Amino acid sequence: MDKENDTNIKQISKEGIVIEDKNVIEISDLKLSFGNNAVLQGIDLEVKKGETVVVLGKSGTGKSVLLKCIVRLIMSDSGKINVLGMDVLTLNDKELVKLRTKIGFIFQQAALYDSMTVRENLEFPLERHENLDEDEHNKRIEEVLESVSQKESIDKMPSELSGGMRKRIGVARTLILKPEIMLWDEPTTGLDPATSREISYLIVKMQKDFNVSSIVVTHDMSCAKIVSDRIVVLKDGKFIIEGTYEELSKSDDEFVKSFFEEV
Amino acid sequence: MLEYVPKSITNFFLEVYGLYGFTVAYFREIFKRPFEFKEMIRQFFQIGNKSLGLVSITGVIIGFVLALQSVPTMSQFGAVSLIPSMVSIAIIREIGPVIIGLICAGKIGSSIGAELGSMKVTEQIDAMEVSATNPFKYLVVTRITATTLMIPLLVIYADAVAILGGFLALSIVGDETLYFYFSKVFSALTFSDILPSTIKTFFFGFAIGLVGTYKGYNASRGTESVGVAANTSVVVGSLLIIIIDMIAVQITTIIS
Repeated sequence: MDKENDTNIKQISKEGIVIEDKNVIEISDLKLSFGNNAVLQGIDLEVKKGETVVVLGKSGTGKSVLLKCIVRLIMSDSGKINVLGMDVLTLNDKELVKLRTKIGFIFQQAALYDSMTVRENLEFPLERHENLDEDEHNKRIEEVLESVSQKESIDKMPSELSGGMRKRIGVARTLILKPEIMLWDEPTTGLDPATSREISYLIVKMQKDFNVSSIVVTHDMSCAKIVSDRIVVLKDGKFIIEGTYEELSKSDDEFVKSFFEEV
Repeated sequence: MLEYVPKSITNFFLEVYGLYGFTVAYFREIFKRPFEFKEMIRQFFQIGNKSLGLVSITGVIIGFVLALQSVPTMSQFGAVSLIPSMVSIAIIREIGPVIIGLICAGKIGSSIGAELGSMKVTEQIDAMEVSATNPFKYLVVTRITATTLMIPLLVIYADAVAILGGFLALSIVGDETLYFYFSKVFSALTFSDILPSTIKTFFFGFAIGLVGTYKGYNASRGTESVGVAANTSVVVGSLLIIIIDMIAVQITTIIS
């Protein structure tokens, strides 16, 4: 049995992170329109366990919409989305709740609950989905804050935090339920280059420490370079090319080249 | 055919349909677990306790002014002794519920609209949903329930304070004693004055909560929509209070 599993595991070079040959996300022929505006026109994507896939594309091309379709915040018009073996589009409410506890979604502006302290932000999902005693509860909160280096922020309000700190707390809030998949919506937008780099390395750390699979939506090439195992490029509602950062950096396609010119 | 209908009329019916859908969703969700008691109690505090100051001042002034303004006219008919009865009936039946309702539509409705609107704009509602929590239950059901239960309490409290305000006015311009004032008040009031006016305040509270949460929850993206949500919550909430009051008066008149 172990031997059989071993053959399904492929070691990749990026800091020795293991990517299993097992799809956790499978999207096929996904289509979505808002009125006459066809945003997604037949998306096909597979993400393996432990893999980080970066979705590159210009602003307003439907990258964030794709992430929201994966957690069914937006219902697609047609196609198939299979996450952790569940058909997202046909799940009932209970099954959807169960699936969402396994997915962490990091929003562009972190989306921390303004009226709650950092501790309360972290307790919010924990109290609803885990039945822990007080010690374990506090331990879990401390652990996730430690993993994003924000232990000292525990009693602060979101308004007292900087952009980078908010992002980290947003990550901690999703980590509290130990997700298997993390979806990052423009994780470095609005941050200075140093903080952007910190967040990018945090994504790699999450992959390494918790073996999570990630989809990172961005147009920040420095971030893409640091975090990506594979990059897919979205244009006109479709993925036009995919490959590693090095492969795409040598592409002759004008659209792809335009992303690498800024680096 | 529909293209000939002015957009404002189509929008009006879409809003009515939206509010209807929100009401149905509220009654569907309120009996389902989890009941979010912690948030509900927080909302009781926010809506009830934090409105006490405003409601107290308004109540005293309503009673005081009403009694004071009545003195010259009533004295012409030698009916100054009827002022306590008049003030209490006017306040309990109509002035108290409507004015406190309108004030709460301004204070509470706008605050709910703005809070939920800004949560929508900053994706906090989406964040709640993806963390597998039902945001409708947590944000909407708790707030509508809190307004429905707290507005009647605030109105009852304001009525009492307003009647006391009437006594203050009469004791300043005349020699009214507290005992005689309240004995006239209670002899004038009947159960049929208090019950219908209290029942309608539950509807006022429901309308304020419903409109505030609906406008905030459905705010379109952008900071401008937060202001619009707050503003329309007040306007539509106030309008609904006047309409509910009119219907309640008609029903009370028919029944009595």
